[in-house]
Amino acid sequence: MRASTRLTSALLVLLAGTAYAQTTAITGATIHTVGPQGTLENATIIIDGGRIASVGTSVSIPADAERIDASGKIITPGLFSPLGQIGLSEVDAVAGTNDSTQRGEDYAASFDVADAFNPRSLVIAISRIDGVTRAGITPQAGGMDEAGNVSHVLSGLGSVVHLGDSPEHFVKRGAVVVANFGETGSDVAGGSRAAAVQILRAALDDAIDYRRNREASDRGDWRDYSVSRSDLDTLQSVLDRNAALLFNVNRAADISVVISIAEEYNLRAIVAGGSEAWMVADHLAAANIPVILDGINNLPGNFDRINARLDSAGILATAGVKVAFGANAQTHNARLLTQSAGNSVANGLTWDQALAAITLAPAEIYGVDAMVGSIEVGKEADLVIWSADPLELTSYPDQVYIQGAAISMESRQTLLRDRYLQTDSELPPAFRNRE
Amino acid sequence: MNKAKFLLLAIAAIVALSACEQGENDDGPAPYESRYKALASEPTMLKGATVLTGTGERLDDADVVMQDGKILAVGINLDVDDVTIVDASGMWVTPGVIDVHSHLGAYPSPGVDAHSDGNEATDPNTSEVWVEHSVWPQDPGFVAALAGGVTSLQILPGSANLFGGRGVTLKNVPGRNVMDMKFPGAPYGLKMACGENPKRVYGDKGRAPSTRMGNVAGYRSAWIEAADYRDKMTAADSPQGGETPMRNLKLETLAGVLNGEILVHNHCYRADEMSVMLEIAREFDYKIAAFHHGVEAYKIADLLRDNDTCAAIWADWYGFKMEAFDGIRENAAILDRADTCTVMHSDDDMGIQRLNQESAKVIGAAAKVGIDIPPERAIRWISSNAAKALGIADVVGTLEAGKMADVTVWDGNPFSVYTKAQKVYIDGALVYDRGNPSANPVTDFTLGTSAQHGGAR
Repeated sequence: MRASTRLTSALLVLLAGTAYAQTTAITGATIHTVGPQGTLENATIIIDGGRIASVGTSVSIPADAERIDASGKIITPGLFSPLGQIGLSEVDAVAGTNDSTQRGEDYAASFDVADAFNPRSLVIAISRIDGVTRAGITPQAGGMDEAGNVSHVLSGLGSVVHLGDSPEHFVKRGAVVVANFGETGSDVAGGSRAAAVQILRAALDDAIDYRRNREASDRGDWRDYSVSRSDLDTLQSVLDRNAALLFNVNRAADISVVISIAEEYNLRAIVAGGSEAWMVADHLAAANIPVILDGINNLPGNFDRINARLDSAGILATAGVKVAFGANAQTHNARLLTQSAGNSVANGLTWDQALAAITLAPAEIYGVDAMVGSIEVGKEADLVIWSADPLELTSYPDQVYIQGAAISMESRQTLLRDRYLQTDSELPPAFRNRE
Repeated sequence: MNKAKFLLLAIAAIVALSACEQGENDDGPAPYESRYKALASEPTMLKGATVLTGTGERLDDADVVMQDGKILAVGINLDVDDVTIVDASGMWVTPGVIDVHSHLGAYPSPGVDAHSDGNEATDPNTSEVWVEHSVWPQDPGFVAALAGGVTSLQILPGSANLFGGRGVTLKNVPGRNVMDMKFPGAPYGLKMACGENPKRVYGDKGRAPSTRMGNVAGYRSAWIEAADYRDKMTAADSPQGGETPMRNLKLETLAGVLNGEILVHNHCYRADEMSVMLEIAREFDYKIAAFHHGVEAYKIADLLRDNDTCAAIWADWYGFKMEAFDGIRENAAILDRADTCTVMHSDDDMGIQRLNQESAKVIGAAAKVGIDIPPERAIRWISSNAAKALGIADVVGTLEAGKMADVTVWDGNPFSVYTKAQKVYIDGALVYDRGNPSANPVTDFTLGTSAQHGGAR
């Protein structure tokens, strides 16, 4: 904890020390569990072995527990960023630091960004000190490069990572396979969104055929397929519903195609983007297809989003669609999940729904809600202690816990901040590290 | 109260005077000149609100009176006859939000190639272009920004070039053409750009500049030429006379900067580069009104303050390119603490709808390190300081008697994420009213889409 000397708040120093305690009791806070216990006033959380051992207003605190007084504070589950490239991108415009896109024909569904994940990315500390504890890391389609290669309609596998310090960073590898419809799909499929649908169907049909005729295919005694052997293997998990098919799609008509494909192939589908999802909200609800929305995107940025509106989260939730917030472009500012949630409260979502949309809902969408997403006994203890209403942009976390450990609340940005706050220093900034 | 009535007369006199001065003569307005006309208004009192004046002051349970397009009075328990009284209790009233950095109309929605009119990326110096000639008033982004309380905005060319061309300041009242929207009397801006963009765009084309030193050589060479043009023009106008050089659009804009008529708005990220740009300004004796983006402005807050140059910045953008690597959320807090002219800008059709929220992010980050920024101070970043950067602070940007009645009424503290602009007045006219959607502007493009009924709200 080299940086702890810099932290002015005694509370933070105290909290940081608990990372090594076996049992921790956090007392006195208002706890939004986002679980069956709802919101608890003046409640206590017991963390044991990285998990939540008990939550309530009358839990007994073990004698050996380290006590953290969080009176007057607000505790929520850790935030879950469902889309983006945390650990896959350091600087957007520096190609060598970006690993979320591949072009060429060898790998499509099976391209696995998890192998590129960098747990030491500077973006991780920046994100987690503002409350983001879990993230979906997702591959992206890319336009034509200089050699004429383009991405496939299927971008590859997305995984779930935690942003804590324990060395096993993957919560769930290969949780989703990303597909691109709409304008992006058209771009990579040769000029029509219909071709993107066709390419996806061909890949799924091939995967089914491969499953039935694997031996013949392995002998080389069978027809050629539209995607590689590794892609066919990956698609088995989609057909088995172990991995969901996450569609980047905005136009209502394209979302209707997603709904029919999901039904026809019995897939678990996720709509990401979903600017016009509100127009087919009832169908999405009936098909049990969740939507990951960019919460503030209300302009017709292109013709796929001509009917974008600010209150679509509320419309979807009212229709019974599970809603989470997130955007592919939000890698560096995944912390803005709270802004999406807060604005949605101003536009029709309830506060509880909005908090769920950045905690439990993404965990459910990725199928990791047995482990994280809410404050429930047995789940991993990802907690954020907030100064005030977590959806207000004027609020900030006092302390973040990931898997029961109090993380360092330092990032490269706080170091820059602290260096340049020393305006009374006689020393040039480069020398201001001297203790 | 008597004071208010006195002011009413005084303002009426001023308005009458300026109407004479600006009255259309037989020739009509000059080519390209503003043809903006305020919408019809009636004398209105916003009663019983929390008022952030934009001067750094907060008044509780206060009234704001607007008449003939101007602020008539701001105070407690004002007694003014013959005004429509709007109950604003529980509301917060602020100056209309001003965005100093927008590309609305030039990079409009939908963002299709056919609409890509913000960068004349064919030469590193395109001082001859005026972005107003790209502005499409049917961009639905204007109305969305209005719903976010934005009453004035500067449209700038993009940052591909060392000199991108002239920017234009608009009143956010959609018109049939850009002339209908031009802010009367606002000075032109000149967009300049540092760093990665110009050297990438032209380096990739195999021509200068391809380095930061190439950038600087490009600026200096252009200013040498501009100074020569300015001197020849001055000589031609002098009693001694001299040959009038042929009119040159490019040099005319640059000479306008050297004459102090056109304000430099300089896209620049890094502290070291901003410092060099200030040296160039010293060499050629012009002023930089504002650095835009300035993600490292916090490293040179004192330098910017001492040069009377504003820093127009985002709250938290970083990491999208190398020169944005050191962005921190406390940027505005550190600048503001140093009394540097601090401005929150958008550069974005989403951000412009929520400049109040961008400011809120800074308030939170500052609180974390023990810097208290009260609402009456933060509002300056999106009102009076923005007006200063645009050279229009004498007529707009604060709620002071005699200023243009550009006013936003919020349903709560504007720095709460839950707060929305309820009413937006521009020159005293109610231009946006959340409670009365059918009266709100709808751009042609939006007709026939569902957004007409709610998307941009």
